[in-house]
Amino acid sequence: MERIYLDHAATSPVHPEVFAAMKPFYDEVFGNPSSIHHFGREARRGIDEAREYIAKAIGASFEEIVFTSGGTESDNLAIMGYAFAHQNKGKHLITTEVEHHGVLHTFEFLEKQGFKVTYLKVDETGKISLDELNKALTSETILVSCMFGNNEVGSIQPIKEIGVLLRDHPAVFHTDAVQAFGMESINIKELGVDFLAMSAHKINGPKGIGFLYVKKGITINPLLHGGEQERKRRAGTENVAAVVGLQKAVEIALSERQQRRKTYITYRNILLDTFRREELHFTLNGDPHHYLPHILNVSFPGINVESILTNLDLDGVAVSSGSACTAGSIDPSHVLTAMYKDVSRSQSAIRFSFGYGLSREQVEEAAIRTVKVIKRISR
Amino acid sequence: MTTLKDPAGTRVVVGMSGGVDSSVAAYLLKQQGYQVIGIFMKNWDDTDENGVCTATEDYNDVIRVCNQLGIPYYAVNFEKEYWDKVFSYFLEEYRSGRTPNPDVMCNKEIKFNAFLEHALSLGADYVATGHYARVRHMEDGVELLRGVDDNKDQTYFLNALNSKQLEKVLFPIGEIEKPRVREIAKEAELATATKKDSTGICFIGERNFKEFLSQYLPAQPGDMKTLDGEIKGRHDGLMYYTLGQRQGLGIGGAGEPWFVLDKDLEDNTLIVGQGYHHPALYSKGLIASNVNWISKEITDSFHCTAKFRYRQKDQGVTVIPLGDNMVRVEFDNPDRAITPGQSVVFYDGEICLGGGVIDEVLKD
Repeated sequence: MERIYLDHAATSPVHPEVFAAMKPFYDEVFGNPSSIHHFGREARRGIDEAREYIAKAIGASFEEIVFTSGGTESDNLAIMGYAFAHQNKGKHLITTEVEHHGVLHTFEFLEKQGFKVTYLKVDETGKISLDELNKALTSETILVSCMFGNNEVGSIQPIKEIGVLLRDHPAVFHTDAVQAFGMESINIKELGVDFLAMSAHKINGPKGIGFLYVKKGITINPLLHGGEQERKRRAGTENVAAVVGLQKAVEIALSERQQRRKTYITYRNILLDTFRREELHFTLNGDPHHYLPHILNVSFPGINVESILTNLDLDGVAVSSGSACTAGSIDPSHVLTAMYKDVSRSQSAIRFSFGYGLSREQVEEAAIRTVKVIKRISR
Repeated sequence: MTTLKDPAGTRVVVGMSGGVDSSVAAYLLKQQGYQVIGIFMKNWDDTDENGVCTATEDYNDVIRVCNQLGIPYYAVNFEKEYWDKVFSYFLEEYRSGRTPNPDVMCNKEIKFNAFLEHALSLGADYVATGHYARVRHMEDGVELLRGVDDNKDQTYFLNALNSKQLEKVLFPIGEIEKPRVREIAKEAELATATKKDSTGICFIGERNFKEFLSQYLPAQPGDMKTLDGEIKGRHDGLMYYTLGQRQGLGIGGAGEPWFVLDKDLEDNTLIVGQGYHHPALYSKGLIASNVNWISKEITDSFHCTAKFRYRQKDQGVTVIPLGDNMVRVEFDNPDRAITPGQSVVFYDGEICLGGGVIDEVLKD
């Protein structure tokens, strides 16, 4: 039985070109970028070239890119780093109910530290309302955080519009672009964001690396203290090979972006068309018109999600419920709970996500296997 | 047709708790050549104020063992089912002044019902657990047998299962004794080989029982009286006491220690008396309801042995069916502290015939 991986939003395979780009930085160019000798300089060049490339790719400048261990650290560094550095200006923060836990739990932590947090509600398409955001802003508000594209349902937030709204407010704007990066066009100059978080392993880069864009002039407290790496914003010897891998992954993702969008929309339609043709009882979750093409979230009301996931895995199809697990069992997703009142909808939601290496034939086969499982267990 | 299927190509879902017994159960089935899948059941949310949850620790142990065995593992959440079917019953029984046995209900409604159904939906031919009991699969049905380790036998908790459930069940460690189970775990270097056995009711764990119960049921303190009506002190709420209990009464003075003899729900009074062998603690029989016969219905009176509590030695009894799934049980010898809400379980030699819930204690 051929196993089919439809969980690229959880993590993705490292692209062979990424792997190849990284390899010399493990054995040949192994120096510490902070060292003053030849070996150190070689490694430093690898990092700086990557920083230069990535900065350009998103319309930022060289010193605005901070390499981190990934999405969660980037989110933590932006939110905590800014909140603690600027709490004298105000202690009110705004975010949304549908953020990734890397953001949500950071805000919950800050609440315990004496900050006040407003969690914006979303509508049935998963989007916040600019009106609500406007109402939530006070003179005490120092930071707004809103994700770019949702990791569970793929809904895309009005990032540009939020940026415009915040032009007349001193609060800084952070966006978690981990899931949107490589799918949506991301140009800092157009977005009006002050922070942007990204992770390599979602776009065929290695795990354990990502970056945070920090707009020039904005100060943050570091989370990690030590050496002077990353302009004192992130101490610790750089993960050089991973940084080089990140650069390569960004290169590939951006050059193939349009093609991939088309491919994934085809894949999405293969699944949806098969479900319709086979008359499965299902609902599409998220925004039906404006979505991240690689994420498809569907509910099969009345069917236990654990049963679907386990059966699909036993039949060689790897998908996800898109939400966190406690002791391995699946709790209703906070994203779907925020979007829908109907509990059976959030309790039966499955996320299919597409990525590099997935073929049309595999998607067709996965659709057939899914139909079989759903029919078998809904009997 | 209930004879056992050949292991090759036969899928067995093992309910794994993260303890040594179910780990060894999975290990033995894998050794025998079954296609084994490990599943962890989460029935209770015990996340504390620090976000720590013993279920997570247990599940991590399941993961370690399954990776050692090279079998897939999953989890399933039955918190709602457990609350509706087991915990509500547990509270209701305490509210009526009885001492329920949630494990019997958990086996009947969760492990061998909701979980069994889940396993079958995964294409399982059998489910297995780490219970110390045996199932004899025969051409014309099944029988539940005591585990060979008499000290650990768990058929008492399995008395409410029916043959339809048991046909789908394997108890791999029912054939061995507990010390050997530990040995096997050590020989196979299973991650749970030296893990401490869990004790007590699963959802209460190591916590204080009184404190736990008080979160869910209002306690009504009242008088402690002797059979003659003499007030000996106050009790904290009838639900906190079990018949025959000595600890926690706080009655001092001369003579033999004091014991709980009875509960008077109407007057909210705890009846106490002196001496372990106080005559009021003894009874000659009982009435049980919700009686379940595992292999075949019994309609005529007969003599067999029975247990009225877990790990008790078998007692000779005569069972008189009363209809409506009720029986009258007459003891060969008077027995002490028979407790309403607990199970009475019947045996014919090594066969567990079934059981019921003790409703009424017959004194004379």
